[in-house]
Amino acid sequence: MTGGSVPTVDEIVKAGTPVPDRRRKPRLTKRAAPYGLAFPAMFWLGFFFLIPIIWMFVVSLNSGTLETGFRFSWNWANYTNGLTIFKTQYLRALLYAGVGTFGALVIAYPIAYWIAFYGGKRKSTYLFLILLPFFVSFIIRTIQWQFILADNGIVLGTLKSLHLLPQSFHILSTQWAVMGGLMYNFLPFTALPLYVALERIEPSLLEAGKDLYANKVTTFLKVVWPLSLPGVFAAFLLTFIPMMGDFVNAELLGGPSNRMIGNIIVTQFQNTYYPQMSALSFVLMAGLLIAAVLYAKFLGTEDVFEAAGRG
Amino acid sequence: MTDNMNIDPSFLRGLTQARMSRRDLLKAAGAGAGVMGLEAFLAACGAGGSGTGGASPQSSSQISADVAKIYAGQPNGSFVFGQWPLYIDKTKNAQGQIVHPSLDIFTKKTGIKVDYQESIQDNGSFFGQVQPQLQAGQSIGYDIIVVTNGEFLTKYVTLGYLWPLDPSKRPNFDKNAAPWVASPTYDPGNVYTMAWQSGITGIGWDPVQVAKLRPSNPKITSTMDLFDPAFKGKVGMFGESSDFPNTGLLAAGVSPETSTEADWQKAADLLAKQKSDGIVRQYYEQNYINALSNGDIAVCQAWSGDIFQTNLSGDSQGLQFLVPPEGALIWTDNMCIPKNAQNPVDAMTYMDYVYQPDVQAMIEEWVNYICPVPSAQAIVEADAATASGGTATYLNDVAKSPLVFPSQADVDKLHSYRVLTADEQVTWNNLFQPIYQG
Amino acid sequence: MSKGAAREHVASQKWTRFILPVYYWLVVAYLCSPIVVMIAFGFNNVPGRVNAKWYGLTLNWYRDLFSSPGLTRALLTTLLLATMATVISTVIGAFLGLAMGRHRFVGAALVGFVMFLAISSPEIVDGSSQLVWYVRLSKVSIGPIHPFALGFPTILWSHVMFCIAFVAITVRARVAGLDGSLEEAAQDLFATPVKTFTKVTLPLIMPGVMAGALLAFALSIDDFVISSFVRGHTVTFPIWVYGSAKVGIPPQVNVMGTLLFVGGLSAAAVSAVLPKFSQWRAGKRLERERLERATAAAAG
Repeated sequence: MTGGSVPTVDEIVKAGTPVPDRRRKPRLTKRAAPYGLAFPAMFWLGFFFLIPIIWMFVVSLNSGTLETGFRFSWNWANYTNGLTIFKTQYLRALLYAGVGTFGALVIAYPIAYWIAFYGGKRKSTYLFLILLPFFVSFIIRTIQWQFILADNGIVLGTLKSLHLLPQSFHILSTQWAVMGGLMYNFLPFTALPLYVALERIEPSLLEAGKDLYANKVTTFLKVVWPLSLPGVFAAFLLTFIPMMGDFVNAELLGGPSNRMIGNIIVTQFQNTYYPQMSALSFVLMAGLLIAAVLYAKFLGTEDVFEAAGRG
Repeated sequence: MTDNMNIDPSFLRGLTQARMSRRDLLKAAGAGAGVMGLEAFLAACGAGGSGTGGASPQSSSQISADVAKIYAGQPNGSFVFGQWPLYIDKTKNAQGQIVHPSLDIFTKKTGIKVDYQESIQDNGSFFGQVQPQLQAGQSIGYDIIVVTNGEFLTKYVTLGYLWPLDPSKRPNFDKNAAPWVASPTYDPGNVYTMAWQSGITGIGWDPVQVAKLRPSNPKITSTMDLFDPAFKGKVGMFGESSDFPNTGLLAAGVSPETSTEADWQKAADLLAKQKSDGIVRQYYEQNYINALSNGDIAVCQAWSGDIFQTNLSGDSQGLQFLVPPEGALIWTDNMCIPKNAQNPVDAMTYMDYVYQPDVQAMIEEWVNYICPVPSAQAIVEADAATASGGTATYLNDVAKSPLVFPSQADVDKLHSYRVLTADEQVTWNNLFQPIYQG
Repeated sequence: MSKGAAREHVASQKWTRFILPVYYWLVVAYLCSPIVVMIAFGFNNVPGRVNAKWYGLTLNWYRDLFSSPGLTRALLTTLLLATMATVISTVIGAFLGLAMGRHRFVGAALVGFVMFLAISSPEIVDGSSQLVWYVRLSKVSIGPIHPFALGFPTILWSHVMFCIAFVAITVRARVAGLDGSLEEAAQDLFATPVKTFTKVTLPLIMPGVMAGALLAFALSIDDFVISSFVRGHTVTFPIWVYGSAKVGIPPQVNVMGTLLFVGGLSAAAVSAVLPKFSQWRAGKRLERERLERATAAAAG
């Protein structure tokens, strides 16, 4: 090589030193790679997730019964009837899911905060311990709560025999049991996105806050909380939405006046009232989608689906 | 063996072929003048019902022809029995496995193996599970299923989901069946069903709790006790479309079999008030017995055999069963053969085998519901005589119980469910479902 | 440090040293309480069907674990289902995660949106829509097989569906954290894309893939809502347990729950320890080679 200038790639290539020529655009196979990689998943999700939802919308406009046969007939009555007759159950689901999500957020946030900032080397262990119970079937867990909260069981029975509670007191078959069950069963969906968002916050930002003479509370309110908002939003969505559609907690822990819209959808399924079932189900889906988009706009979180997806 | 007995074959062909002819579309859409395009296509691709034809009753000549075809072969050597839990004799063998002696004896006698699956919990949800396959003309993997008379048995029959039984293959049934299960109102001539057991829906109660809650009148003596505010929050009712509404009718002083729509409204109002007054703790299915046992409820609707069994199984609190003076309901769980079952001949063999008195006695000594073979009573008495101690007392109780071996007079006093057409069923459900599913 | 700052320091120490950790452990206790009850009552010597009071310690249920054929059948169905669903969804999902984390491509936002929908969609909507779809497809047949007849196959298709998104997200997180220099280095050494993938990329993302597979397996074993809609009359373990709750849950269920729990725990522990273990082994091997070379050099 000459003593002076740095050789250009052209010169090197001409000189014969084997260096991959990166000037050209990546090969076709490389450009096609992401499409190829993503295709099987998109096909599966399309065929087994998206299309069924579209088909369900079609079925929701059917009329008829099993005996007389189902016919597509633009039967919007399924929607108007469903919303009028089962308005209570929809509102109840909103209430239970709302309270349950709020409770889950309140419980999960301090934990996520502590693990993210003070977990140190054992972060993953602490996180794992929260997820541990969810290795057991959710049905079994809920049934065990049925047992724990039984009228004269280990908790209430003891309290009653100590005369701390009236004999007729019961938690099961009330809305509190349902909300408690919802909160319990969906906690990891809340804790994980919160943890991920909090963990991403650069510790240097906290130090910067301290340098500017902010105390812990101010640092939290002005630095940590705003930065964690995408995580809060993701946690809210991932908790509230499944809770709205739940029916197991209401079925196992609730009473006759605690039925949520999920229970009604199951009943319609068992009655083989498919069009009505589909209408109720689609309302749930559509309502939640709209709520998610509105909430995202309000919070101003742009790449909301990115954030939620990351969570 | 035809795959579809109620559906026009050309319609079926039309549905299964990728392309549809205009004629098929019109037929399916039920439209007079055809409309091609998305709407008609979608109409033909309705959610899964049986097109416009829906259900149509078969003529008896058609039925006999089908019977001849279905039962033409030899037994295959095994069959699958779908059943409710706790409905057959049961014990543990030397290896700690659960076995059913009556089934083992059947296998030894006939060489037919029984795959016994306790997979039915509830008529409605089981129907929902198997309906799509039956609709599509596929076998559901069971050769015998057990369905209670009522809304769903009617659906199975109307929609053509059951195969008719072979009248020539049930000599034991013809000889030994009790009068109330031979040619019942819900299946005259036993075309599709043979009873497994019958039962009574009455009132179950816990004497200890009742005495605590209502010391002035510590015994349950009437259906109206279910509505007594003294038991507020401690009453259990069934959450389904047969026992619950029909009991409401009895409470309103009406005979269910002859009730009118106005009567149904009266009953619904009564039951709705029971709920809004906070008297009902919960609407149960099979699980009422757990709630009664552990004290969640003090009084509830109950099935006659369950109380017996709970008192036997060790947690004995002396639960009681009442046949109310206002009337109680009798229902029957029926063996049926679903369409396209793989082993109909084996199934028929078993169904008739069960109607021998000694086999019934074996089952009855464990199950304690209403026995469909009255002559089994003598055998149970004989067993009681040769037994000793607690077993002898128990077997005597079983043999003498009017809940297991009722007289005809006893049965005549009981009420059957209101039989409903499909349209009436919708009205009925709309009245009562919101109460227990609210 | 001023007195105010010192006071505040102590106050904040109280929070971080005491209150928050205690709160954490309390919540863990609350989360684990049903598990403890479940494990304990697997040892309960209960006579009848109602496992509600304590009767004394016994190992009977561990011995007679498979005495109920329906329960055993349900458990085997669930395990088979979970294994197959995990294998399929991990492969498909890992590819998707790789695509999402590595490449910028047209439609990435749409794909992300679909993934978000798949995760957050209520299970009851998934279950009911897939039910009516399978009913519509029920007459489709490949030879004698009806792949959309309600039963084991349809549960499998649905399980794979909801597992894919979770696996993809897990793998994507892992992939996004890697820098591309190792792969570029491989390509500098003239490795083909396939070789690059198998020798460099795959081992690097393997922890994420394993975590995704574990997650998929757990989700499939646990699934109740979607399974209950699309199962026809096939019985999985959670379905069986739910059904038996009405008649009285046999203690074998507690035992099986305990065993599944212990199994899951062990799998997670192994997957956490394994990379460290293989690193340790590789380190030891490196040391040995270095020693050999040193001795050879010293001798020679």
